[in-house]
Amino acid sequence: MKIAVTAQGGELTSELDPRFGRAKWFVIIDTETGEHESLDNSTGVNASSGAGIASGQRIVDSGVKTIITGHCGPNAERVLTSAGIRIVERTGGTVAEAIEAFKKEEL
Amino acid sequence: MKLAIASGKGGTGKTTVATCLASLLAEAGEKVTYIDCDAEEPNGHLILQPTIEHTRPVEVSVVEIDSKKCTGCGECCKACQFHALACINKSVTTFPQLCHACGACSLVCPVDAIIEVPQKRGIIREGHVGNVAFIGGEMSVGEESVVPIVRALKAVVPSDGISILDAPPGTACPAVETIRGTDRVILVTEPTPFGLHDLKLAVATARALGLPAGVVINRCDIGTSDTLDYCQEEGLEVLLEIPNDRAVAVAYSTGTLPTKVVPGFRETMLALVDKVVGWTEEPSNT
Repeated sequence: MKIAVTAQGGELTSELDPRFGRAKWFVIIDTETGEHESLDNSTGVNASSGAGIASGQRIVDSGVKTIITGHCGPNAERVLTSAGIRIVERTGGTVAEAIEAFKKEEL
Repeated sequence: MKLAIASGKGGTGKTTVATCLASLLAEAGEKVTYIDCDAEEPNGHLILQPTIEHTRPVEVSVVEIDSKKCTGCGECCKACQFHALACINKSVTTFPQLCHACGACSLVCPVDAIIEVPQKRGIIREGHVGNVAFIGGEMSVGEESVVPIVRALKAVVPSDGISILDAPPGTACPAVETIRGTDRVILVTEPTPFGLHDLKLAVATARALGLPAGVVINRCDIGTSDTLDYCQEEGLEVLLEIPNDRAVAVAYSTGTLPTKVVPGFRETMLALVDKVVGWTEEPSNT
């Protein structure tokens, strides 16, 4: 299963970004293979409006099933939930820590 | 002649200058229309206190999807620069509040599945006070963009007489939409670093639109001389300097035209009235 984490950078060691629509990066981890990829979200960061919708669309298109982020606005939430994506709220720590906590079902 | 009163920085005195100018020009026998284009937070009516004769809605066409025709190809979502559409599992979700009614989605849709539905975004009020015709816009609560209201206001600006367009602050879309297509811009500023910073942006905006701009320095005896120096360096005419006077603020706060109650203020403003009347007498080259 693919999980995305909003992060300040594109690494597993990067700090979480509490924002969803204007998060700097999305780090996407495949929990089966352990591999990860990073999406630079500068288009979302710089969007004049509708950042949550644009970011939501990217997450939907990337095939992610769960997103770990600080907070989703109402528009982003509508996009994500209508695609059946689970939103898990978490702030602080690194991407790797968030994934570990998620695997242990601590979130 | 269409005259935009703009500023860059908020709270510099646009509405004070615009309402006093409208009132004094009417007294001088000019046919005057005051248009409150600051439809996000209109307040010209509080000062002018017009009698309103007509109120009508401002509607824009926003996107809706004909689900019978839509194939979920997602082309409309890619075309939308305002992220008003999202394509999820071959189904398009719309966010009408973000729709700017630009029509890009209709252009790219291969199956003609875009429907445009009228949606109310605000109102326009028309009336008069004395010999001043009044037009004011007000955006509905919760709306994202005031631009459709400004466009609707500009569509009813009369082609004769002097029209005074009281612009929203800033230099973003609402202000640009107000200023665009006018004949001249009066930039009201205050001689503070903040006022000067935003004045520079407003001057650049007026120049980008190819409009002659002059400056009114309000509360001219506060702050620094940097604003005056800047106007000289840039060849901007300082149309008027208004001294700081608490009585003007007091009058404004009670919804009274300062020209009617503050000693000397009428005379101060008449210098600007003379300039405006002078512009109407110039051979038209704008």
